[in-house]
Amino acid sequence: MVIRKYLFLLIFFSFSTVAAHAAEDPAFERRVQKLSEELRCLVCQNQTIADSNADLAVDLKNQVREKLRQGASDKDVITFMTERYGDFVLYRPPMKASTLLLWFGPGLLLAGGLIALFMRLRQRAAASAEPTLTADERARAAALLDAGNTQGRR
Amino acid sequence: MQRWLWPLGIFLVLVVFLGVGLTLNPREVPSPLIGKPAPAFELPQLHEAEKTFSQKDMAGKVWLLNVWASWCASCRDEHPVLMDLAKRNVAPIYGLNYKDKRPEGIAWLQRYGDPYVLSAYDIQGRIGIDYGVYGVPETYVIDKAGVIRYKQIGPVTPTVLKEKILPLVAKLNGNT
Repeated sequence: MVIRKYLFLLIFFSFSTVAAHAAEDPAFERRVQKLSEELRCLVCQNQTIADSNADLAVDLKNQVREKLRQGASDKDVITFMTERYGDFVLYRPPMKASTLLLWFGPGLLLAGGLIALFMRLRQRAAASAEPTLTADERARAAALLDAGNTQGRR
Repeated sequence: MQRWLWPLGIFLVLVVFLGVGLTLNPREVPSPLIGKPAPAFELPQLHEAEKTFSQKDMAGKVWLLNVWASWCASCRDEHPVLMDLAKRNVAPIYGLNYKDKRPEGIAWLQRYGDPYVLSAYDIQGRIGIDYGVYGVPETYVIDKAGVIRYKQIGPVTPTVLKEKILPLVAKLNGNT
């Protein structure tokens, strides 16, 4: 019975320390969280280290927390990570010569599509525009219209 | 007939792009550390905890640093290749025992053989982070000046050993 009581106390205290850790400084935790959302987990590549529970992600999150606690700026932490894992660790890729296509490719595709669409529409408009008539055809058309008109009047 | 030509052309371009994409390995992230000095560390050794090992101890030598752990399944696949490399005596292999339990790491080496001159013991994985480790096993080739020249992510296969590591080690040893 006594053992159970101690066990209960032990569990109680271990929970309370976890809670204390999180509640220590909400602003600081928010900063850790925000920065973690900028960093890619390299094990599960479509997740940020904030989302991921992979071992490495947890380690990296702790590293972020520790760096910030030591007074590092957000930029210092980002530099620390890119020095080790490359630009790939950034969830938002930086703009560089090698990433220009990544940044502007979709825009280029959209522009290309719009130009193609515009040209196609113009082509179609040209095809369906009023046909040009020779003088002969014009006279025939006028005659037909006149004939219609006089009939209508009658 | 001609109206099909455009979609067909676009389709073929897509096929080529996707085909190339299939041959790339997204897990292989190019390391920014290649061409940079190997990050400094000083860690206790796996077998003799009171002794330490540092990258500085290897100045003037071409050497390999292999990150491994007893919990790592691909390390088992890689292991015979490392044993083979150790036998060839071309470059010393040092281990970085990564986030492992000491007795388990030692037992693993006892069971399968120890290709390492020695292993450094990185229980917290701190040095692993400094080296940009994210998928064990990983292997670094470090030159005489202490610069990382090559990084293998994932197991060293016999092909990688023959085509990349051995020629590189030979070149690094021959030039200076």
